[in-house]
Amino acid sequence: MAEPLLELEGIEKSFGPVRALRGVSLRLDRGEVLGLIGENGAGKSTLMNVLAGVYRPDRGSMHLADQPYAPSSPLQGLRVGIAVIYQELSLAPHLSVEANITLGREVRRLGVLRSQYGRVREVLGMLEHADIDPGAAAGDLSIGRQQIVEIARALFADARIVVMDEPTSSLSAKDARRLFRVVGRLRDRGVAFIFVSHFLEEVRRLCDRFAVLRDGRAVANGSVDAVTDGELIRHMVGRDVGELYPQSHRRLGEVCLRVRDLNGREGKPTGVNINLRRGEILGLAGLVGAGRSETLRSLFGLNPAVSGRLTIAGKPELRVRQLTPASALQQGVDMLSEDRQGEGLALSLSISANITLSGLRRYSRWGLLDRQRERDSAVDWVRRLGIKAHTPDAPVATLSGGNQQRVCLARLLHRNGDVLLMDEPTRGIDIATKAHIYRLMHGLAESGKAILMTSSYLPELFGVCDTLAVVHRGAICEPRPVEEWTPEEVMQFATSGIGGPPLRSVGPSTA
Amino acid sequence: MAISRRRLAALGPFIGLAAVVTFLALITPPAFQSLYNLKTILTQSVIVGIAALGMTFVIVSKGIDLSVGSQIALGTVVTGIVINAIGPGFTGPLLAALAGVAACVAVGTVSGVLITRFNVIPFIVTLGMMQIARGVAKRLAREGTLSIPGNWLNDLMLVDPRPAWLIFAPGVWVAAALLGISTVILTRSGFGRYVFAIGSSERTARLCGVRVERMKIQIYALCGAFTGVAAVMQCAYLTVGDPTSAAGLELDVIAAVVIGGGSLGGGEGSAMGSVAGALIMAVLRNGSNMLGVPHYVQEIMIGTIIVAAVLIDRQKHRLGGGERAENNDPDSA
Repeated sequence: MAEPLLELEGIEKSFGPVRALRGVSLRLDRGEVLGLIGENGAGKSTLMNVLAGVYRPDRGSMHLADQPYAPSSPLQGLRVGIAVIYQELSLAPHLSVEANITLGREVRRLGVLRSQYGRVREVLGMLEHADIDPGAAAGDLSIGRQQIVEIARALFADARIVVMDEPTSSLSAKDARRLFRVVGRLRDRGVAFIFVSHFLEEVRRLCDRFAVLRDGRAVANGSVDAVTDGELIRHMVGRDVGELYPQSHRRLGEVCLRVRDLNGREGKPTGVNINLRRGEILGLAGLVGAGRSETLRSLFGLNPAVSGRLTIAGKPELRVRQLTPASALQQGVDMLSEDRQGEGLALSLSISANITLSGLRRYSRWGLLDRQRERDSAVDWVRRLGIKAHTPDAPVATLSGGNQQRVCLARLLHRNGDVLLMDEPTRGIDIATKAHIYRLMHGLAESGKAILMTSSYLPELFGVCDTLAVVHRGAICEPRPVEEWTPEEVMQFATSGIGGPPLRSVGPSTA
Repeated sequence: MAISRRRLAALGPFIGLAAVVTFLALITPPAFQSLYNLKTILTQSVIVGIAALGMTFVIVSKGIDLSVGSQIALGTVVTGIVINAIGPGFTGPLLAALAGVAACVAVGTVSGVLITRFNVIPFIVTLGMMQIARGVAKRLAREGTLSIPGNWLNDLMLVDPRPAWLIFAPGVWVAAALLGISTVILTRSGFGRYVFAIGSSERTARLCGVRVERMKIQIYALCGAFTGVAAVMQCAYLTVGDPTSAAGLELDVIAAVVIGGGSLGGGEGSAMGSVAGALIMAVLRNGSNMLGVPHYVQEIMIGTIIVAAVLIDRQKHRLGGGERAENNDPDSA
């Protein structure tokens, strides 16, 4: 059985200064299911993209069935038998199931497409989904069925290796079980799988072997049966919190943000209660897609909430449903978006305009702006945050990522809200700017602001936060002082929803 | 370096206008350079120019309004009806002009509400409004032309104005005043800043507390107001209410904004530029007529200028794009 189908040797890949992969070696046997696990940012996506042919590795070699494998495009990867199914499915929603499955492998006769209905049905039948109508529009199918269509596309292309990224994150439990059965059957036919997942229980159920990525390295691998969850989590987390973080204990003041029974669409979030005090930095840990961002966004009126109430700094209670970003800002809530380029900044506007956009009214009289005062203020913030720019009039697009993030923070400081919602405040920026932002956040909390933040990077949460809560599939656990958590406990709760303190009850609770 | 190229691009429409004027001055008969001809060109630019000012707000906010030609037709009809109802004294035409403007504001408001409430793209909504406004205008004018008794509104578009010391037609002065007002709103007001912010990134504007939906309705209504003034000028020029007039004029208006540096990708454009765009087209048409250049050549030239303006716009964006590409973050999942 153990004949290597795919071998990776010392794969390295850098993006500018960021070393995403630092020498990954892996091996996948025929008819094997390999669980690829690791924290957010460990390099899993990059490795998948290298396998798919989206990225070319800087160094290292890959062999597929003893042949050198160096795809220059995803299509080439698929031609030799490696199919990658991303978390965001890539079906053309308007085309039929058949057209999607045969896309790129159409058979033409005299330039006219020939139906491959029979083969498509056969493949769907092999996947226990003969009931999917090849003529139906792919976009009309449920997410679970769309995933089956993606797998069918891979099978149709005679894939020998199927790489799946978090396939169950958007599936119901029933659909997930069905998917596992399909994977099992295909494995018996000799198809090998690489299964990228955060959920340890799924890795256990589905996979033969595991490999752990951490900081761009494959730090451990072996048989799933021979390892405990605790060992896996330690492999995923194992690194220490450096002196990046300002070590100081803040005194927490009165409650500044009180959230009761917050429910969002599609269960993100579910029954969330939060008490956030002045001077406190509360971190939300959890996996990508667990509902951390959604929680923050619905508290700012950006995501529609189904129900929930909030009180800000002792003001009258509000319904979260009625919140808009404009009213939230008026109440003293401000938000830092995780999507800096798409949402955080208006890239074609100047640095100055981006800093003052949320607080323009203070320069406005009779609707006209005092542009000199606005510019002076912008110059001041550019200086205070050390934003490297020749002039505040330059488009913010001309700045580096770290400086762009400083502009986003300058806007929050300029608006001077009491409650700051910071979604991934240090995503995709260099280490020096990170340290700077941690100091800024510490200073903000010391000055009496209340900060609710999310991060996919666990050491950051441990370094920055006073209290920590973990989100698992939309629900949030009781926040505890950060000293009372271990990274292992956080990961266990994030991946299984058990092990931490009890989940908060869904009903309204007393403060 | 990048900034200086940006500034250069912003000057483009004015350099273009100067180049067109200079070139035509060299090759046309002396009549082109006469004061009378200048007065003619400016008067001919009034309608497109004023409508282009309104369209600038829409295009800067990354929208489009295809209904302005029909709005102008509707405006002429409404103005005519009110004059006929009240009479051609002083107040009659004044109220009539206000009614014409109000009709166009109403069309713009409806477009804005449909776009924001049902989240339909502006192209489709205003394509529909183009037909609807035209149809309503025809119904109001009973499918014919509405004759209007002589009144002072007609003086607005006289190439030789009364009194003569005005030098240019009153409509030209109205357009100049509106140009000033638009420039102030776009560059010095909070409203204008929000228009740019929405056009540059709607999500960012929303994040920063801009009431995007309300703003969009106001933008289309404001465009309607400018278009309404253009409609009054059209009515003064035609001296009748004509529901079939200004067909296809929206394309001239959009072209003026685009030639003037407005980007259909949003976030860029200026009132001065749009007026320069309108003038470039008017000067070209006027000079070509004097040279006896056939109409089809004029169309090809103006089309070429529109495409060239868009290519310049692309060049600017490529500049921005190149800078952005360096900081995409890998492995964000």
